[in-house]
Amino acid sequence: MEIIDTDIAIIGAGGAGLRAAIAVAQSDPELKVALISKVYPMRSHTVAAEGGAAGVIREDDSLDLHFHDTVSGGDWLCDQDAVELFVKQAPLELTQLEHWGCPWSRTEDGRVNTRPFGGMKIKRTWFAADKSGFHILHTLFQTSLQFPTISRYDEYYSTDLIVEDGRCCGLTAIEMRTGLMKMFRAKSVIIATGGAGWMFPFTTNGAIKTADGMAMAYRAGVPLKDMEFVQYHPTGLPGTGILLTEGCRGEGGILVNKNGYRYLQDYDLGPPDPWPRLKAMELGPRDRLSQAFWHEQQKGNTIATRWGEMVHLDLRHLGEKTINERLPMIRELAKSYIGTDPVHELVPVRPVVHYMMGGIHTDIDAATPIPGLYAAGECACVSINGANRLGSNSLTELLVFGGRAGLHAAEYARERYQAPDEAAVLKQAQAARQRITDLFLREDAGETISGLRKEMNDTMEEGVGIYRTEAEMQQTCAKLADLRRRYTRVHLEDKSNVFNTELIYAMEVGSMLEAAHTIAHSALQRKESRGSHQRLDHTERDDQSYLKHTMAHYNGEGDPRIDYLDVTITTSQPAERVYGGDA
Amino acid sequence: MSYRTIELEVMRFQPENDKKPWFQDYRVPCDEDWVVLDALNYVKDHLDGSLSYRWSCHMAVCGSCGMMIDGEPRLACKTFVRDLPEGKIRIEALNNFPIERDLVVVLDDFMEKLKRVKPYIIRDEQRPLEDGEYRQTPAQLNKFKQYTLCINCCCCYAACPEYALRPEFIGPAALALAHRYNQDSRDCGARLREDVVASDEGIWDCSFADACSQVCPEHVDPAGAIQQMKIAATVSWYQDKLGLRRKTTGGEDK
Repeated sequence: MEIIDTDIAIIGAGGAGLRAAIAVAQSDPELKVALISKVYPMRSHTVAAEGGAAGVIREDDSLDLHFHDTVSGGDWLCDQDAVELFVKQAPLELTQLEHWGCPWSRTEDGRVNTRPFGGMKIKRTWFAADKSGFHILHTLFQTSLQFPTISRYDEYYSTDLIVEDGRCCGLTAIEMRTGLMKMFRAKSVIIATGGAGWMFPFTTNGAIKTADGMAMAYRAGVPLKDMEFVQYHPTGLPGTGILLTEGCRGEGGILVNKNGYRYLQDYDLGPPDPWPRLKAMELGPRDRLSQAFWHEQQKGNTIATRWGEMVHLDLRHLGEKTINERLPMIRELAKSYIGTDPVHELVPVRPVVHYMMGGIHTDIDAATPIPGLYAAGECACVSINGANRLGSNSLTELLVFGGRAGLHAAEYARERYQAPDEAAVLKQAQAARQRITDLFLREDAGETISGLRKEMNDTMEEGVGIYRTEAEMQQTCAKLADLRRRYTRVHLEDKSNVFNTELIYAMEVGSMLEAAHTIAHSALQRKESRGSHQRLDHTERDDQSYLKHTMAHYNGEGDPRIDYLDVTITTSQPAERVYGGDA
Repeated sequence: MSYRTIELEVMRFQPENDKKPWFQDYRVPCDEDWVVLDALNYVKDHLDGSLSYRWSCHMAVCGSCGMMIDGEPRLACKTFVRDLPEGKIRIEALNNFPIERDLVVVLDDFMEKLKRVKPYIIRDEQRPLEDGEYRQTPAQLNKFKQYTLCINCCCCYAACPEYALRPEFIGPAALALAHRYNQDSRDCGARLREDVVASDEGIWDCSFADACSQVCPEHVDPAGAIQQMKIAATVSWYQDKLGLRRKTTGGEDK
């Protein structure tokens, strides 16, 4: 097996992975970086983010306000020391991006502009039209090209971490061009593989969001934290689930039901006027807005369309000029994919799975409990997002914690790395390769990859959607256990080696089943409602019992073992989340 | 949801088995909203798991799914089945690239060229982060904004007759990206990019066929960028000849 030696191996080349790579390269040109991704970096899902990235920049804003918005937005499940660090670093990271060429939208006098965003008291979302993620990703990727110490391994699918003697010292990955398994021997490893929306049938996420890094860390013994907290973005297009940015509402867009009524005022987010008004109505937090949709649907107030039940996003009053300048891409998307022009017509939308608040457990330095292993971005859970993420905090999170992961992984590689037993490491790599070989050799036992994926999608939607019940979650837990068993019998039609995407799909379904399993069990065990985890049978928040993070531990063929970790509280005691009138 | 059955004629190539590409037919029941990518996904999920192609975002922003559809380089996620003529839909790997497998092409050449044009901000002096952002007015942003929109889908390379003839040509997207940085008020690296950009493999290899701009799904207009760079390079050449050029790259605080 070919062995590739490096100092820091980074799995995933989206916003967090690229930022980490640049951080290493800038801090120490002696250190080699291997940037490993199953897709070319420009395809990473950071590219699809639209609205913007939050960072305090206005005179009338403060770190305290950003902190408070984030902590209350997260329903007090955020680790406050991490949030303090995050809000402080945010403006510096966003300025750094600007220095690297990011084409932020500007005010007339040439300063960076900001737009209102959900759950934020003051405007602090830096934006690049409505393609902020695209511009951030391309800026980072293009900037990374100037560092000779960053070697890229594009279209390498990482399969397993190598942890020997309690320390992470590398990984195995399939070179998709040849089908060959290779081992990366590294002094430290950073996972930046993104989220897992593809577990659900309707999602804003691209096909590559398949929980691979989460599953790798989980199987290696790192707990997955707060997995039950799945964010539904309030405004996805029908059918495809394509994202219509929160920026639509930031620019003044409103949501109405079949009666043309701005229904959010019935859900403690009003009064409806004056509008726009920060932290009220359509600029409330995402969990509340998605939950309101569910209630409207129960009441029969949603609009029946050929794609299912929807509400309407009304942007007509913004005018063509504003829409073309601030929201050009979403106009194009609505026109192309559902033949609707937001300048003149109401746009049907509904909540769609968008983001995983939970993920690989890390501390404030992006370090997992395994020495030498770090994680950052959506795949990780520090936690700064708690039970519900505010829009535009995630893009900033990539930069702050991607950067921190890079610096700390570099420090570990320089100062704390101890070489492992070579023979033992190689043995692990060979075992990883054997598992792939076994998959290739398996005969048809009646299970298909697309069949398993569909069954997983359906059960996730039923059991761990916007509102959950004990019975439905139990069913989903049982179903997922069954799917995991059946997955061990899945076979490949395609036995080729060169760019075998059926193999990749099969591996991805395996990753998603692991992550899904932790979501269902974590949700079942949390007997309260908080943020985006809402239960019809336990409707109140219970700080007495549940001001804690859920930790799901890998348990082989059995169900995940669940325990809890206290949330770090510094200055903000849990209180009522207030939006609308008084906010 | 109304369904009609469409016929796809898809290019296949497995280097371990095939000496050259061949075509496979599939019949796909289609929804009226579908794009070609949806049809390919149906094939993959229900008819033939061995078909390989790149895709991810399904919203024309990641650039993965460029391929030849009825002879034109297009994004499969943005090509609506309802807009295509009746009859078989022919799907092939992007022109002018070696085929890795089925609809997946080898992009090494493109990636190398992207890097070669130095697509990052170059300046002598860096402003401290604590001093905030470089000022850039909306007018200054508009000078290069269009050229930032490239999603690296390579449809322009598939359309370019020059790239078809001369693989050394740096090509539309890479050159447009150089122009993006040259036009950015924060950058001072135009001079440093000149060796690559104003070379025989660069702008001077372009004969303004304009095929690239015709197919670009993001309306970047790389052809326009290249012609602007021809003018700039010519002016700069004269300035050199007349001894009028500064030696430094600039980098005064902007």
